[in-house]
Amino acid sequence: MAEPTINLEQSFYEVKNYKSPILNWILSTDHKRIGLLYLYSIMTFFVVGALLGLAMKLELIAPGKTIMEAQTYNAAFTFHGIIMIFLIIIPGLPAVFGNFLLPIMIGAKDVAFPKLNLLSWWIYVLGAIVALLSQVMGDGPPDTGWTFYAPYSFKTTSTVLPALIGAFILGFSSILTGLNFIVTIHRMRAPGMTWLKMPLFPWTLYATAWIQLLATPVVGITLLMVIAEKMFQIGFFDPALGGDPILFQHLFWIYSHPAVYIMILPAMGVISEVIPTFCQKTIFGYKAIIASTLLIAFVGYFVWGHHMYTAGMSDTALWLFSLLTFLVAIPSAIKIFNWIATLYKGSINLEIPLYWALGFLFLFMIGGLTGLVLGSVATDVYVHDTSFVVAHFHFVMFGGTGTGFFAALHYWFPKMYGKSYDNTWAKVGFWGFIIGFMMLYMPMFTLGMQGMPRRYFDYLEQFHGGNILSSFGAIILIASLAIVIINLVTSAKRGKKAPKNPWDGITLEWQVDSPPTLENFETIPVVEKGPYDYKK
Amino acid sequence: MINRELIDASNLVAGVDKAFWVILTISFIFLIGLTITMLYFVYKYNKKRNPKATQIEGSIKLEIIWTTIPLALVLLMFYYGWQGYTPVTGDPPDDAMEVTAVARMWSFQFQYENGKKTDTLYLPKDKPVKINMKSLDVIHGLFIPAFRVKSDMVPGRDDMFRWFIPHLEGKFDLFCTEYCGLSHSYMYTSAVVMPEDKFNEWYKDTTKVVIPAGGKPGQAGLGVMKRIGCIACHSSDGSRLIGPSFKGLYNQPKVVIIGKEEKEITADDEYIKRSIFEPNAEIVKGFNKGLMLSYKDQLTDEEIELIIEYLKTL
Repeated sequence: MAEPTINLEQSFYEVKNYKSPILNWILSTDHKRIGLLYLYSIMTFFVVGALLGLAMKLELIAPGKTIMEAQTYNAAFTFHGIIMIFLIIIPGLPAVFGNFLLPIMIGAKDVAFPKLNLLSWWIYVLGAIVALLSQVMGDGPPDTGWTFYAPYSFKTTSTVLPALIGAFILGFSSILTGLNFIVTIHRMRAPGMTWLKMPLFPWTLYATAWIQLLATPVVGITLLMVIAEKMFQIGFFDPALGGDPILFQHLFWIYSHPAVYIMILPAMGVISEVIPTFCQKTIFGYKAIIASTLLIAFVGYFVWGHHMYTAGMSDTALWLFSLLTFLVAIPSAIKIFNWIATLYKGSINLEIPLYWALGFLFLFMIGGLTGLVLGSVATDVYVHDTSFVVAHFHFVMFGGTGTGFFAALHYWFPKMYGKSYDNTWAKVGFWGFIIGFMMLYMPMFTLGMQGMPRRYFDYLEQFHGGNILSSFGAIILIASLAIVIINLVTSAKRGKKAPKNPWDGITLEWQVDSPPTLENFETIPVVEKGPYDYKK
Repeated sequence: MINRELIDASNLVAGVDKAFWVILTISFIFLIGLTITMLYFVYKYNKKRNPKATQIEGSIKLEIIWTTIPLALVLLMFYYGWQGYTPVTGDPPDDAMEVTAVARMWSFQFQYENGKKTDTLYLPKDKPVKINMKSLDVIHGLFIPAFRVKSDMVPGRDDMFRWFIPHLEGKFDLFCTEYCGLSHSYMYTSAVVMPEDKFNEWYKDTTKVVIPAGGKPGQAGLGVMKRIGCIACHSSDGSRLIGPSFKGLYNQPKVVIIGKEEKEITADDEYIKRSIFEPNAEIVKGFNKGLMLSYKDQLTDEEIELIIEYLKTL
């Protein structure tokens, strides 16, 4: 690679190592370009996943076949799950905003291993392509659900193998990103930035990175076992070969429950950045928020059993997992209290990112509180595998992480593109999102409490009312998301130039240019104050 | 919890609904309280009204308060959640009636101790019942919302059971709640609770197949097929489901695949029998292998004849 002279005062968009614009992106080791590569890949998949969700909801608008066959529906919810979980929400915030902002927020020029970082994106793309192959290969797209439960995943004639191999490959992308962030945070903080002077988004990325590093290998091994079983008939999980299907569930959830915290912790980090900035006030209980972040990451390893209350575990296991699940609720509650306390006596500048942060608080509270229903044995056994669980999961993952993602996007958009977006359309999009969201998922709680099982292509007449409401909510939600995304895309191209620090933030990213230069800082800053020290 | 009439539909209902009530009430209070506080702060401390923020680092006292109070509350929820489940933990009472629920893609069958087999779960009122959970293929779930009863049915794990006491007469929905493939949403039946004397009368009648008087020819065969779940995968009107339709099948030529070779056969009595007992030996062209399980030892010769009688009418 030829090393042309790089003007360090230019924005990173102007730095060109290759003649081809595409190569400048896909071969760049700049953390900011890699972050944006992830953003564009993830948003592309998100559009597909969201439209699949809409198609499913339209199918459920009335009992009986509406717009698709049962097999298509089953493939749709499987594909929706695989895309949303493995391609979007697990890499999600760390890959996009972690990559773009972590080095800047801790006062570094890049991550510790820039080439490894680019490799992670390439592995992500490879994994995504392999997973997508399952849609076009063999005897039809997989219909197992994103959980790949044994022995159905062995019985089905649909093409499961590429999806499994894809998920396996994606795991490496996750592990490498986690590794990179851990080393970056340990080794590359600016002089003076002690652990307790580090902003909270990097803190959550740090906790997340440890989960990525430690939990992902478990699912990797599990998927490998399934692949071996499918290809060589080695009986791990299929009772027909002498295996144990419950073992699969244990292994799957030992990863997939901590994975839920991979998904939500960075969103909590975003909220912890947005709220102080728009209150012009130091965050309430900085250390308590850090402690709760680490506690969630730790206790989160020991609660996987609450996915399996009806799977035939012993009574002792039931109450133990239930107790631990209730305990993991506490650190999340502590965060909520601290965020709300931060609003107290702030000087609140109600801008779009704060709308999304408050939206996060509201939707995440509903998600968290309904999680208590699922932690308790008696109530979980009743609503397990009903649409109640689907509603809870979407409140936490979409209402929580998704809303956090949009908060991050609106908060750091001026920094990433040097442009401002249209406030009116952003507000319309936000309110449509909240209304559509509530209309889509609230009825699913009541449907679940009425006893409607999940992953249902068709349903009995008594479940019709709630489903109609839910389907209309989906239409509103998708329309609002379109408004939000179109607003951002057009603003990135044609928006007004944004000032360097539009929100008066004081973390380090607001002290660099918008968009940042290749090496972010002219000289590496020396940190003397705490991250949210607004005392002037 | 939706229908108050069902408050005592089984010995689980009261405890489960109490746990719901405790958790949802506390949650609702927190949600409303915190949301209002949040919106009030956003209004009250808007920069127009409060141009300068007061810097507050935190408060150890508050952190302790809002750690211990929620901790106490979740422990309370944990307690009610576990209490609500204890009526059915451990072994069932000695006088419990045993029923074995057998699930397959995509039907339930209930086998009673006297050899009676049904597609609907019949239960005596106020008597403990132990349901053994058995699955022949993939994981299914048995869920009777009205009774708050749910258990997975795991193939290869024949020791699983759930016991409870139904207290309310009537007909209740019974769903499969573990996703099990194409017709998962059609895998449902009913649980019928009858007074004990009426149940005993029904129970004693072990005539395997009831031929309805004056019924159309073949109706008895249709009854057998409904009971063992054939119609979940095979239509009677020519439409394509998982397996080939029964319409226009009997004594007609069919192309089947044996191993890897195609062969034309006639769907005669012998073929139908083979297809029921060894469903994967000869696969009708265009359909998939491995989806149907053998019905060996589950049907008598007499019943097979009834099935064939029914197929003749299509």
